Amino acid sequence: MSNQKPKLALYWASSCGGCEIAVLGLHEKILDVAAAFEIVFWPCVMDFKYADVEAMEDGEIDVCFFNGAIRNDENAHLAHLLRQKSKVLVAFGSCAYGGSMPGLANFYTRDDVLRWVYFDSPSTDNPDGVVPQKRVDVPEGELRLPGFWDTVRTLAQVVPVDYFLPGCPPEVSSIEAAVNAIVSGELPPPGSVIGVDVTVCDECPREKHEKKIKRFYRPQEIIPDPNICLLEQGLFCAGIATRAGCGAKCPQVGFGCRGCYGPNEGVLDHGARILSGIASVLDADTEEEVEAILDTLPDPAGYFYRFHLPGSLLRRRGRTNGKRQPVGEAAVHEPA
Amino acid sequence: MTRISIDPITRLEGHGKIEIFLDEQGNVANCYFQVPELRGFEIFCVGRPVEEMPFLTSRICGVCPEAHLMAAAKACDAVYKVEVPPAGKKLRELLYMAFFVTDHTTHFYALGGPDFVVGPEAPAAERNILGVIAKVGLEIGGQVIDARKRNHQVIEMIGGRPVHPVAAIPGGMTHPITEEQRQQIVEIARKNVEFGQFTISLFHDVVLKNTEYVELITSPGYTQRTYYMGLVDENNHVNFYDGKVRVVDPDGVEHCKYAPHEYREYIAEHVEPWSYLKFPYLKKVGWKGFVDGKDSGVYCATPLSRLNAADGMATPLAQAEYERMYEILGGKPVHHTLATHWARIIELLYAAERMLELAQDPEITSPEVRAIPKATPSEGVGIVEAPRGTLTHHYITDENGILQRANLIVGTTNNNAPISISIRKAAQALIRDGQVSDGILNKIEMAFRAYDPCLSCATHSLPGQMPLEVIVRDHKGQVVRHLSQYVAARELTQF
Repeated sequence: MSNQKPKLALYWASSCGGCEIAVLGLHEKILDVAAAFEIVFWPCVMDFKYADVEAMEDGEIDVCFFNGAIRNDENAHLAHLLRQKSKVLVAFGSCAYGGSMPGLANFYTRDDVLRWVYFDSPSTDNPDGVVPQKRVDVPEGELRLPGFWDTVRTLAQVVPVDYFLPGCPPEVSSIEAAVNAIVSGELPPPGSVIGVDVTVCDECPREKHEKKIKRFYRPQEIIPDPNICLLEQGLFCAGIATRAGCGAKCPQVGFGCRGCYGPNEGVLDHGARILSGIASVLDADTEEEVEAILDTLPDPAGYFYRFHLPGSLLRRRGRTNGKRQPVGEAAVHEPA
Repeated sequence: MTRISIDPITRLEGHGKIEIFLDEQGNVANCYFQVPELRGFEIFCVGRPVEEMPFLTSRICGVCPEAHLMAAAKACDAVYKVEVPPAGKKLRELLYMAFFVTDHTTHFYALGGPDFVVGPEAPAAERNILGVIAKVGLEIGGQVIDARKRNHQVIEMIGGRPVHPVAAIPGGMTHPITEEQRQQIVEIARKNVEFGQFTISLFHDVVLKNTEYVELITSPGYTQRTYYMGLVDENNHVNFYDGKVRVVDPDGVEHCKYAPHEYREYIAEHVEPWSYLKFPYLKKVGWKGFVDGKDSGVYCATPLSRLNAADGMATPLAQAEYERMYEILGGKPVHHTLATHWARIIELLYAAERMLELAQDPEITSPEVRAIPKATPSEGVGIVEAPRGTLTHHYITDENGILQRANLIVGTTNNNAPISISIRKAAQALIRDGQVSDGILNKIEMAFRAYDPCLSCATHSLPGQMPLEVIVRDHKGQVVRHLSQYVAARELTQF
């Protein structure tokens, strides 16, 4: 009986676990998922052995929900393995889709991270200059750690992906929609984002008027009107250039959208789209005026690329000339 | 040298691993708890406006984003030297209590509880929430799901979203709650108090009435004498949201009590080359390696540690149970790692009672939930108790509030060294002459599980079976035995 059900796998790579909590957020409906699928691999719930997956036939898994970005050897290994064994691979959540918050590490280098964590941070006590190594000899034998990459990658930058389910984490309604699409077989063309193609603004109940912004305010600087569009009031909100599906929950509690559902259909670079969306509402006639207004928005890169830096055209900050002595073991099997 | 590899056990900021080395007689030579992942939040947040830190650092953990949200918001308040209005503070704490109820509930019923309710020697297939349901009754499964659901509704109501809430900003909260919402929360809190009391009585009936379990809890393999840390209020009562950090020594005598901004005088972090996760210790005692005792700076920050470090609980039902626990276990402090489960449900009851108090406070619906900061931002530290230990966020900004430096010591990190010690003690007590059985593996796992190391999903999934794989190899690296404990969850997928 259970053999006739489609086989489902769920996996996390470099992520926070919020996607798994979102799946558990189905609450009693999680039992419907268990009824509709045979869950063959879900490390957070069941047998964790990679060997079980390795022993499967290619394509034996019908659908794999893969969350998390790819940032070390182990993440990449599992991405390749699950791609091979799965008919349909879904990049589940913002990290797998665009890189999300961990992807902001692409503004820095691996050395920057290691240097701070193991040397410069104020509570670190490391007189011998110890840095974690891929292989370490301890008196009883050898210990190993996976290599830590310089660049965070999206799932699709490592293996071909069939569908994308955005959100940090995806809302329960989005997960239900994806599950229903799979169960009914009514899937969009491969390569699509599963979701709606309107913007967060379209879902947001705040009153909208013509937007003419003279300056930006930071969230702690003003108490905005609870019923009017936040962007109109000068608070950064990426809802203008971000895919809907979340129910505009953040703007409704007075916190501007940060873009977790990613770009709309056909948009190559989410950050560039947010920039052009923002630029279109500035009350400025000259380039100087535009610049002056944008100067009131600190860290535009961190706002515009909050969820999609690895998945953007930029991908990462350019590397420095490499003259600095690398921290720790340099031999990382990282793709170029 | 024989090597037993338990890999992967958990996720913390990734997937954990325990390596157990046996000597030639087949006894435990040493154990290593390795954390193989690093993400670098402290670095990539640099350059961002500090008010984005609650949002950014929530993504450290999807299981306890509320803890990072609160610690970050408090650090931001300190950076801007802004005093949050009373209603704003209460609203934050109310959200936080709802989170503690759901988090502790999940751990007790899905992860820690099955060992006792079903039994440590029970077949792996029964040591999960289904086993609990079989023993206690079907309605308990529904109650656990309902507790998660109703408290996530409160988190969404106040925080905006059920996972990764957003509403905490420097100076307070982005929005107040309505009277109608308050009434809903009161009802939910009442259910939580009832549920907390039920959980305590269940623990008494199933665990404490069984002398075998009590012997197990108090056995030497699960006992270690360390320092204990926890946040306390002005009466030295346990507090999750605010107060000073108090540390007591293994005899229960106060070692220090510090305000958040003083943490660097008391805490330092040791580095080992075989783990990406550092090992915090008490600076004034010093790092003496992976050993317990008064001369070693190793400290624990767990539910039991919080109770040990405090003089009591601030709510009546939790206080009564607090007294009962110390009476039964022979006074303070308690050094039995497995008593952490008991401490956790006392905290569950406290969080429920405190939630009800806050929801019934007339001020909770006040629209005054924010203060606009006026001072020039500079430096600030925010500390809360996360379910898995004291959580410290320390930020330094420029005069525009742009982050220049960030230092984070997260809940489970505090327990990195004690976890290693606990695993070694349990393994040394249980593995003899190379004999490793399923029951022994589970008992080693229990030492680790008591800490509820933030294994995000694994420990917090409803079936909650900790994935544990043990490979026994001979000195040439050949696998001579292969054991695993996942049968339970596989059965579960059939329903």
